[in-house]
Amino acid sequence: MFPMTACDLSVKVRQKHIIGPINLTINEGGITVLMGPNGAGKTTLLKALHGIIRLSNGQVTFATPAKTAQEQQSFVFQSPIMLRRSVLENLAYPLMINGQDKQIAMELARTWAAKIGLSAHMDRPATFLSGGEKQKIALARALITSPKLLFLDEPTASLDGAATVEIEALLNEAQSTGSTIIMSTHNIGQARRMASSVLFIKDGQIDAHSAANAFFDTPPTQAAQKFISGDIVL
Amino acid sequence: MNDLWNGIQQAIWLTLTLDADLVEISLRSLRVTLSALFVSCLIALPLAAILAVRRFKYRRLIISTLNALMGLPPVVVGLLVYILLSRSGPFGVLGLLFTTHAMVIAQVIIITPLITSIAHQSLRELWSEYHDLLISMNTSKWQRIKTLLWDGRRALMTASLAGFGRAIGEVGAIMIVGGNIDHATRVLTTAISLETSKGDFALALALGFVLITLALAVNFTTHWLGRTEREGRW
Repeated sequence: MFPMTACDLSVKVRQKHIIGPINLTINEGGITVLMGPNGAGKTTLLKALHGIIRLSNGQVTFATPAKTAQEQQSFVFQSPIMLRRSVLENLAYPLMINGQDKQIAMELARTWAAKIGLSAHMDRPATFLSGGEKQKIALARALITSPKLLFLDEPTASLDGAATVEIEALLNEAQSTGSTIIMSTHNIGQARRMASSVLFIKDGQIDAHSAANAFFDTPPTQAAQKFISGDIVL
Repeated sequence: MNDLWNGIQQAIWLTLTLDADLVEISLRSLRVTLSALFVSCLIALPLAAILAVRRFKYRRLIISTLNALMGLPPVVVGLLVYILLSRSGPFGVLGLLFTTHAMVIAQVIIITPLITSIAHQSLRELWSEYHDLLISMNTSKWQRIKTLLWDGRRALMTASLAGFGRAIGEVGAIMIVGGNIDHATRVLTTAISLETSKGDFALALALGFVLITLALAVNFTTHWLGRTEREGRW
């Protein structure tokens, strides 16, 4: 599947230029963290790489055919989208649509419900749970198919410390079991803890792209330096 | 006031004694209406889901037309169905005029736009909630439609009940195409109309009360079976 290559990628929404042109290569393994000010285009870039928004120009290619690559990806949204079903049915959903036997899918869903600490709520409607619980379900639902590439859009943006720790643990485990992760975050501490490489986005362009240690030790651009030091970057 | 009181008394009496005519007429009303509702739901619910999920040429025109047809005058529908099914009409050979089948056809034409429009409104909202998730999961169009129909089932039940309400209370079209023939096509509404024209207000009122009771009973039963308005449900 890897490398994933974005070539001259641009996105316009209603004639308004949002991102691009972006050229980018992501290799297998590790956690790439997208950082940048609000409105820089992080979410749009994630969605464009994942293929859920129309590109106005350029393309995203993989080493495998597009259909195969698409089947090996998952996406976790900033606001978790819960199906109006039980926790268990939410978890089993991606398996069921991939033609997995219902009994096997439910069994795996039970295992994941236990893993994220929601065994007691398995039969409750997922929409009635707390924000942190919903995000854990969204992440487990994304990981249940063992994706090779996982996109996350600020997965811990509205969560407290305890929930953030749990989400990060799941992400680290996913990464160690072979998932390549691309995530956006505003949380510099989280980026320091998790990133193996950092993409700094500004005004819809890649302002900097480097290994995490290098990025935080010697920020490659002035905007990145200001951002890391806590200054406001417009 | 006297008529009203007599009507209530007679309704109770007819119901308690299980008056043969009343039972026959009521069962026919239910059979015709539920048949029409079943056929309408088979057309309207998938159509509503397709209109919510798919983008195609003339989609907006279809939605606007369906919305406009919600107010379709039943008498005009009756007239059209009469012309189509009459001996000299294109479907005259089928011999359906003045049968309950003709009444079902007329009711299907009347309630399908209503059910489709209400169902489409609900499914459109559900689709805007699910859109990103289902696209990112690489679901097929059929899987999206199936998911919307299943997860929106309670809203769809409300749409169906609106159709049931319209159909069971319909008189103009079924009077024209059914002919209000005793022991053949007479239903509660046409019987009420006949008794009113004969001046037997008490019996007409009695039939009216039975009709209302029947409509309420079906609504309550459906809500009870659908387990709406209970804790932990949508």
